[in-house]
Amino acid sequence: MKRLPTIQLIFILLGGLVLLFIVAPLLGMALKTTPHQIFETAGEEEVRQSIWLTIVTSFSGTVFFSVAAIPLAYLLARKNFPLKKLVSGIIDLPVVIPHSAAGIALLGFVSRDSALGQMGSLVGLNFVGHPAGISIAMAFVSIPYLINAARDGFAGVPERLEKAALTLGASPLRVFFTITLPLAWRNIVSGLIMMFARGMSEFGAVIVVAYHPMITPVLIYERFGAFGLKYARPVSVLFIAISLVLFITLRWLAKEKEEK
Amino acid sequence: MLEIKDISKKFPDFELNGISFRVAKGDYFILLGESGAGKSMILETIAGLVRPDSGEIWLDGKEISHTKIQERKIGLVFQDHAVFPHLTVMENIAFALHAQGLSREEKRLRVKEIARLLGISGLLHRSPTSLSGGELQRVALGRTLIQKPRVLLLDEPLASLDIQLKRDLRRLLRSIHQEGQTIIHVTHDYEEALALGTNIAVIHKGQVIQTGTPEAVFTHPKSEFVAHFVGVKNFFSVHLEIRDQITFAITNNNIPIRIVSESINEDAFILIRGEDILVSNTPVETSATNNFPGKIVEIVPGVQGVNLTVNIGIEMHALITRESVEKLNLKAGGKCWIHFKATAVKMIAK
Repeated sequence: MKRLPTIQLIFILLGGLVLLFIVAPLLGMALKTTPHQIFETAGEEEVRQSIWLTIVTSFSGTVFFSVAAIPLAYLLARKNFPLKKLVSGIIDLPVVIPHSAAGIALLGFVSRDSALGQMGSLVGLNFVGHPAGISIAMAFVSIPYLINAARDGFAGVPERLEKAALTLGASPLRVFFTITLPLAWRNIVSGLIMMFARGMSEFGAVIVVAYHPMITPVLIYERFGAFGLKYARPVSVLFIAISLVLFITLRWLAKEKEEK
Repeated sequence: MLEIKDISKKFPDFELNGISFRVAKGDYFILLGESGAGKSMILETIAGLVRPDSGEIWLDGKEISHTKIQERKIGLVFQDHAVFPHLTVMENIAFALHAQGLSREEKRLRVKEIARLLGISGLLHRSPTSLSGGELQRVALGRTLIQKPRVLLLDEPLASLDIQLKRDLRRLLRSIHQEGQTIIHVTHDYEEALALGTNIAVIHKGQVIQTGTPEAVFTHPKSEFVAHFVGVKNFFSVHLEIRDQITFAITNNNIPIRIVSESINEDAFILIRGEDILVSNTPVETSATNNFPGKIVEIVPGVQGVNLTVNIGIEMHALITRESVEKLNLKAGGKCWIHFKATAVKMIAK
């Protein structure tokens, strides 16, 4: 058998430790939870509602903000404008600031005395403690994933294809929808899935804006605080399992569409 | 029909400088120049993809340099084809029909008609990612031709194709031109220019150096660059004939030159490199089948040797060494023989 070089062996060992670092806590938690506990937790109305709320708020936030985020990603990929680097930096801000601080900032932005809060009040909507507020908090922390992925996707579309489409009589709008967007689609979908996933896992910003209604990460925290580790575990395992199934399915669907 | 007037455009490391030329309706116009001379940039300027700093572009009596790209009706086939990879061949070809308000059936018929013309009917449902370079070139051509462009711009359409594909595509381009399509074709290959062009503009460092018919440009290069670039001094327009079962290229003033070719009764160009011509004082027996007596017109020393011009009814240019000139005692006004092999004659079909 061919002997691996020493450096490669060291890298494999270090890589294995990193994988173990990620897998071990999750596996440990799953192994300490019996199937009976999971089924029992899944039967609880409060748990089911929170999981559903988490999925719906993250999904709607992703869809709503993508309408503006995708064109912004296109501009960043294709156009040069003053302060472009600053704009790129601003987009990455939500990733680097503490999410509880983001929640405090957002609370001021959506509370009743803010402009947005007052606009919401006109239609009887109070963002604080409302699923809409949760969506906003989730989107705030997760939107960089979509913008950056979509920007990379647009940058990867050869400009010659867009130019060719223009010479074939297509308007810039048609070029965007028939050439640019479909060719960047793989990255955009990947960004949408990442944004959705990141939104679902958000805790810090959401708990400040809306403790109730309770999304699953907040529910896990509450159960841990009120009843301890043992009671927080089953809902954690259930939520992780559902998240995994959801993202694997989404990725698989996106791949299927691509291959068609 | 198309007139480019004094177009200039500055790029960070390159500029187009006062480009002007006219292309008549039905013309097959060649932009000939080395890589990086600015030929493709001129095409992109005509198509509207590059906006000139100054100058005008007139098409059918209308100034179009500020007209939107999609409204110019100028077709551009890119060197790298730029076929849309996510659409089928059929969808690629039908792309330009979207704005024409045709029914589904009409679109299908138009696509089929073009596909038949280009010999790609069997590829219509294929993905471009599975096609060869030659097939992609035809798809790109079909996609552009279907919109019936007022001018068809071709950027190095024969580059990166093998010899057989080149020959097929040349034939196809010739037939498209014969249908009346006005074409501007960019190339760095003088053979392509001769084989296809009805008019040539030689481009060098962002400027038009010379324009004219292929004969005029090749036989009377206006500058050293053009002479060097077209590279061949022994360049003649001929008619191919068989005499005593041997193929001859007959020049305009009836000098028969033996060549190796299967074509007959065709007009063509022939090229003979100066270094392939032997010079002697008397007729000598060699494997060369072209042997002509002639009068020495001039002897001009050059960088690579001595250029000897000999009139054999047409002026032929031989490149020989200084020692040979001295050894044979060659003098302007004197007589000599020239010899070259039939295989040294390069023929380019018109």
